Amino acid sequence: MTTHEITTTRMNPMIDPGMHIWGWEIPVYLFLGGLVAGFMVISGYFLFSGRFQESRHVTCFRAPLTGLILISLGMFALFLDLEHKLYAWRLYTTIKIASPMSWGAWILVLVYPAMAIMALIHLPDQKHLPIRVEFLHKLSQSLRSHEGLAKTIGAINMLGGAILGMYTGVLLSSLGARPLWSSSSLWLLFLVSGMSATAAFIHMVAPTKAERELLAKADNGFLSLELFVLALYLIGLATTSDVHADAVRLLISGTYAPVFWIFVIGVGIVIPLGIQILAVNHKVKHTSIPPLMVIAGGLILRFVIVMAGQHSHWSNAHGL
Amino acid sequence: MSRYAMVIDTKKCVGCMDCVVACKTENNVPEGYNRDWIVQDVMGKFPDLHMEIRSERCNHCDEPPCVHCCPTGASHVHERGGVVLVEHNKCIGCKACLASCPYDARFIHPDGYADKCTFCIHRVEVGLLPACVSVCPTHCMYFGNLDDPASDVNKLLNSRSHHAVLPEAGTKPHIFYLT
Ligand code: SF4
Ligand code: SF4
Repeated sequence: MTTHEITTTRMNPMIDPGMHIWGWEIPVYLFLGGLVAGFMVISGYFLFSGRFQESRHVTCFRAPLTGLILISLGMFALFLDLEHKLYAWRLYTTIKIASPMSWGAWILVLVYPAMAIMALIHLPDQKHLPIRVEFLHKLSQSLRSHEGLAKTIGAINMLGGAILGMYTGVLLSSLGARPLWSSSSLWLLFLVSGMSATAAFIHMVAPTKAERELLAKADNGFLSLELFVLALYLIGLATTSDVHADAVRLLISGTYAPVFWIFVIGVGIVIPLGIQILAVNHKVKHTSIPPLMVIAGGLILRFVIVMAGQHSHWSNAHGL
Repeated sequence: MSRYAMVIDTKKCVGCMDCVVACKTENNVPEGYNRDWIVQDVMGKFPDLHMEIRSERCNHCDEPPCVHCCPTGASHVHERGGVVLVEHNKCIGCKACLASCPYDARFIHPDGYADKCTFCIHRVEVGLLPACVSVCPTHCMYFGNLDDPASDVNKLLNSRSHHAVLPEAGTKPHIFYLT
């Protein structure tokens, strides 16, 4: 048998024997980023299309407001991960075009006004709010009276959400030294997974049956697409090179396989998809269980990809 | 223009780790961390085995992904010799550069910033050799300008067979190992 054995005297913390630079913070940040991206797209769509006027306070007010809270939590998780926290402001002193992390930081800042203005358009009447801020209501009324403007804001949110969702994948795929991440379908995977988690979330809180139906159907579409993109991602890597095939083995049959197959594929996609197909065909009732499974699966997907990706390495295929 | 590189003769290196100690002393590298290290690479089929000992560090790549991915510009290419450096008070410690380096040459300094080999630029700027090169007891390490055809590094690369580590990662490393 041919031997290739590498012994090193290096033992740097977080690097050796296997890279572990990112803990729970980055997967949580990527997940929340994807979820918020979905909020922007779905709420933006409701605003843009003019559908479901009667429940706008949920889809176009509460959803973007929840999105604002979630993106703040995501940014806080990212902040917790930084090792040189006092210098975090340096992110906003420059724009580095080659660095997805740099433009991501700027995208996150733009997400706030986009979602805030969307929430403002459907600011509920006084009876729904504990306090009434006069000028906000005036602004809300004037925005609502310009239908074209409201539609444009919806479209901007859809576009912004799509960019945010893609960014969460591009952030990892730009780090080519980790073969598991160096795939051109990772952005699509994270975007679709974010969309399905959001559809699941709004499905749970939607006030009308018609909306729940629509979101369950949309979620079924996203979950089916996610399965397809996942297959594309795995096959793409497996056929790229030895190094990438080695990396993908971590998910298919290696250390991360049980979590990947049981929680990401089974609990996160296949089982809820099956239940929701029955639900939209009126064979079973809509419950919160499948959406909760989808949301948990989305979070676990980010964990698995971030953790396994750190383990994947160019040297692994050379005998390490 | 200068383009610094290091050439290391694996036929002479005995893995004594003097370079590692010199670097730690010169650059005040914290305990438990390494900017350079020794790798022993054994390959072949028993009993026909081949062993190579290498002194490794940041390769000061020509296409440094660690610089491209840095969101603040803390990781940059120094105008002198194309050396890849980190400006500590610009670094936010996001660790993107650690993830982007196929050589795992970087680490997070206990003070929070990304750290790695600097080719001892502070010594080179005053006409000295990097600490590791200057102490090597077998004189297996050479440092010089790749753009100068008369430099030792160029002469060695032109006359001896050599390889870089993981050239397939595409970063165009600037440390070469004579075989
Ligand atoms: S070896 Fe790593 S840290 Fe050094 S320049 Fe190349 S990619 Fe950057
Ligand atoms: S850890 Fe520092 S040097 Fe590395 S990419 Fe982040 S900001 Fe740049």
